[in-house]
Amino acid sequence: MKRFARFWWNFIVGDDWRVAGGIGLGFAVTALVAATAVPAWWVLPLAVAAVLWLSLRRAAR
Amino acid sequence: MVEALTIVLAMGVTRGWRASLSGAAVATLALAAIVAALGPALTVIPIEALRLVVGLLLLVFGLQWLRKAILRASGWRALRDEDAAFAREAAAAQGKTDWYAFTISFKGVLLEGLEVAFIVLTFGGAQENIPLAAVGAAAAAVLVIAAGIVVREPLSRVPENTLAFAVGVMLTTFGTFWGAEGAGVEWPGDDAALPFVLGFVLLISLGFVTALRRRRLATA
Repeated sequence: MKRFARFWWNFIVGDDWRVAGGIGLGFAVTALVAATAVPAWWVLPLAVAAVLWLSLRRAAR
Repeated sequence: MVEALTIVLAMGVTRGWRASLSGAAVATLALAAIVAALGPALTVIPIEALRLVVGLLLLVFGLQWLRKAILRASGWRALRDEDAAFAREAAAAQGKTDWYAFTISFKGVLLEGLEVAFIVLTFGGAQENIPLAAVGAAAAAVLVIAAGIVVREPLSRVPENTLAFAVGVMLTTFGTFWGAEGAGVEWPGDDAALPFVLGFVLLISLGFVTALRRRRLATA
């Protein structure tokens, strides 16, 4: 059971859980902005750039 | 359909054809079963929710690939992950399935296939000629598959990290585009926005490679 759960964790989240968490947050903010009259197309690309850069910076130490 | 082909090709070239094509084949069978079971009622499947989930997963996978490819390209990681390569080859030698490649191919083909089925049912239904719409979709699928067979061999000669980088960029692009649509976003120009999303992801990725290379040189 533990191996099964670990497989799915590694499969979905990979070796940096902050990337999955950051993207999840990006989606939430995107959905919130999209529910208003403000165009929301720019939110997720910016979130992707920020999450990727922060993860790379941590790995490149 | 082209997006699904890209995903299947990417998985096939980088991870192996057996798992990638198996995922695509199982998705096609699942699709046929769903269409046969639901028929016109297919249109009640919440495609937005499906886009959101598939987009989220593709984005998380894509960023994993992109992150590693950028670290390798900038010299912060060895070019070839020997342990992962060995584990993949060992599993293949024992006849085990690469579930990663299988699942990514499965999801890509299933989502695209459902969208095509939607279009066939809605457009075909509006014109009261669903069989004709189905024939059109089938012809498009044959063309796309033929194109995939043609590019398969040249793709296998591209260096491994370059391919991994390209796969990461593409999965991140599709995940961002579909996922945002699932979250309620209307892209300016609809599908015409996809190349711009691709351009953005490519630009920031190349920029990060340059920035990390400079950082590596500064710390050396």
